[in-house]
Amino acid sequence: MDKTYYNPDDLKKFSKIGEFGKELADKFFSYYGEVFKDGELSAREKSLIALAVAHAVQCPYCIDAYTVDCTEKGVTEPQMMEAVHVTAAIRGGSSLVHSVQMMNRVKEVSM
Amino acid sequence: MKSLKAQRSELANEVYQLHVLEETAVPKFSDQLATFGLYPLHPTGIEVFQMNVGKMCNQTCQHCHVDAGPDRREIMTRETMEQCLAVLERHPIPTVDITGGAPEMNPHFRWLVEACRQRGKKVMVRCNLTIVLANPKYRDLPEFYAANGVEVVSSLPFYNADRTDRQRGKGVFEDSIAVLRMLNAVGYGTEGSGLVLNLVYNPAGAFLPASQQTLEPQFRKVLGKEFGIRFNQLYAITNMPISRFLDFLIRTGNYEAYMERLVSAFNPVAAAGVMCRNTISVGWDGFLYDCDFNQMLDLKVGNASKGHIQSFDLDYLEKRDVVLAQHCYGCTAGAGSSCGGEVAK
Repeated sequence: MDKTYYNPDDLKKFSKIGEFGKELADKFFSYYGEVFKDGELSAREKSLIALAVAHAVQCPYCIDAYTVDCTEKGVTEPQMMEAVHVTAAIRGGSSLVHSVQMMNRVKEVSM
Repeated sequence: MKSLKAQRSELANEVYQLHVLEETAVPKFSDQLATFGLYPLHPTGIEVFQMNVGKMCNQTCQHCHVDAGPDRREIMTRETMEQCLAVLERHPIPTVDITGGAPEMNPHFRWLVEACRQRGKKVMVRCNLTIVLANPKYRDLPEFYAANGVEVVSSLPFYNADRTDRQRGKGVFEDSIAVLRMLNAVGYGTEGSGLVLNLVYNPAGAFLPASQQTLEPQFRKVLGKEFGIRFNQLYAITNMPISRFLDFLIRTGNYEAYMERLVSAFNPVAAAGVMCRNTISVGWDGFLYDCDFNQMLDLKVGNASKGHIQSFDLDYLEKRDVVLAQHCYGCTAGAGSSCGGEVAK
């Protein structure tokens, strides 16, 4: 067992998850490949969305992969940082909007 | 910044570079080709006669596979150029691709371009742009190129100053934009002018280029909107893990991951279309190579007796086995890479 939960080399082994369940892994990777192709959104736009989501789910593998992918696709550093601020705004906002529930409850139980 | 040679770096030594590449734990490139029936690799014909007229350059770019710079003095002599012209007269090779260094710094450069054009050859020049502003004697290069119908292939690693200057040096982006405007002013990149201006993108770091289809619209949009620049095509070129880029990769701890990335992105379709199959590369001293990268690793064409411009033998060269090493993965990753950009369209 590694001494840390995350090992950068494990990212390269992502495609090996089929070892413990090939059928679902094959279906997942086929779907994954389709999702990131140019469609109504460009592959570049999708990569930027992936980078923002990677920060929301705080997956170091995804942050590594999509930082490089965005860089390769010509996304600039300020554009990447703006995307992460969108993550932060949504994460912050999602906490703050729950304060309405808190406020409602306070008002319910208060004289 | 000094060249690796001036710094007396180990990586200025071709044998040492090849040793580093060979010692890396990735599959042999030749074995990969064999898997797809491409080994030994043979030319499909010689369409491009690439002349590296010298390592002298006004810039010292971080990724340069030539290790070019102001401190390099190796340049092609007029005598070697005359030998090249004699070959071009004898054989129907349609295109001459002139590169360096900054090829314009060779004192015989203009004479060579005119001589190639007089022999009916299409001439491409790999221009770093900033040379035009480096000295008043180069200011009329755009007019010279236009008058000779030269296809200009210009390096511009990104459409903003930050990434461009990090790779090519402070102020390079600003000067490059000024020179692109000068080229546009004489008709380059303008529809109907017949004057072709292609840009070369190469990554400013340890990553691969995205597809030309992804990058070209971004370049066209930003360069057009912000700077009023017009160009014909964008070529996306992968950085080769040799010379100064190899030095960068090792210094920054990115070398092994970069090699693994190149290997995992190996594309047999790109391998079938690599530029060494239709190119012969001539070094500043007249020796012959399969490509400019092999030239920098001193991997001369197979048969030593036919390895110099003086003994140019088209029949032999069209049947030769291309010399391969681990750096060749740089040309076969993803959509592939060549001096003309992607190879797997």
